[in-house]
Amino acid sequence: MLISKIMNTGQNNAKGFLEFVYEFYKSMKAHEITLVYEGEITHQITKAFTSLTESNMAKEEETGAVQRKVFHVMVECLQNISKHADDFSSADDYLFSGKGIFLVAKGDDEYSVTTGNAVDNNRIPELTEMLENINRLEKDDLNQLYKKQMKEGRLSDKGGAGLGFIDIKRKTGKKLDYHFLPISETSSFFLLTSTISRTM
Amino acid sequence: MEIIKIAGTEDTPSIHLDLENDILEISGRSLPEDVANFYEPVLTWLDEYSKSPKPKTVFSFKLVYFNTASSKMLLDILMKLEDIHADGHEVLINWFYPEDDEDMEEAGEEYADIVDVPFEKIAYN
Repeated sequence: MLISKIMNTGQNNAKGFLEFVYEFYKSMKAHEITLVYEGEITHQITKAFTSLTESNMAKEEETGAVQRKVFHVMVECLQNISKHADDFSSADDYLFSGKGIFLVAKGDDEYSVTTGNAVDNNRIPELTEMLENINRLEKDDLNQLYKKQMKEGRLSDKGGAGLGFIDIKRKTGKKLDYHFLPISETSSFFLLTSTISRTM
Repeated sequence: MEIIKIAGTEDTPSIHLDLENDILEISGRSLPEDVANFYEPVLTWLDEYSKSPKPKTVFSFKLVYFNTASSKMLLDILMKLEDIHADGHEVLINWFYPEDDEDMEEAGEEYADIVDVPFEKIAYN
């Protein structure tokens, strides 16, 4: 809905666009979003966002444990996208020609880190199975799985170790919420949210 | 043996491998853009060292943060130290962790479980 608003007003009506920006700002506030980014996720971006969030958390006197967990989840989520996002650079749909969306929200009780990126539909079963399995496991089993994967897994060409999701679940103790929304016949938008309790 | 001394940055740890001064240490933060490339000199150094190790090897990890891709490389380093130990040489791993950092303490315990090498956990503040 927001997107169609930009399309309809942004290009031929500056006032309408500025009104949209205000709506966008209010919407971010309502959802307690402290950081949102759309585009290619590079290592530079990962460093910039983590250090920004780190200094904000320090200012707000979050405990060391919360700061470390939020930092860790952000790193893993950002690196997941930079290492695994499918390359849709040829896509003519402007919505998905970037690399993804990344946002951090801060509520009274928890932080949440959400990523969204386009994936090829044939990866959905594999991702679903992996996430369901991780969500089902308790900490001890996750530790076993992590060890096994660390010993037996190999780094991918882009340097992914397949350990990120397991580690997020065991460090936050919270389920990974995810959702696939259809983009086209062959691709979907993959959304994933991790939450970190602020009372650790 | 060659001395390796790499200064740490906001995303890469400092690495100090210096036999003359009895220092074998990795410390700081580890989330390099390319983990395999970053740790390659350390692994190569250990391969060379393992051909004629000192009677006792003490290797210290004093990390405040590492990402999951780095965790895999740290295991590779530990497995090389395990080989030196298995060849009959004395090896000790010192795993330093900030005293309020449970996750870093547990990470040490996890490695101690996986590799068969004397492992000491040391809290600091």
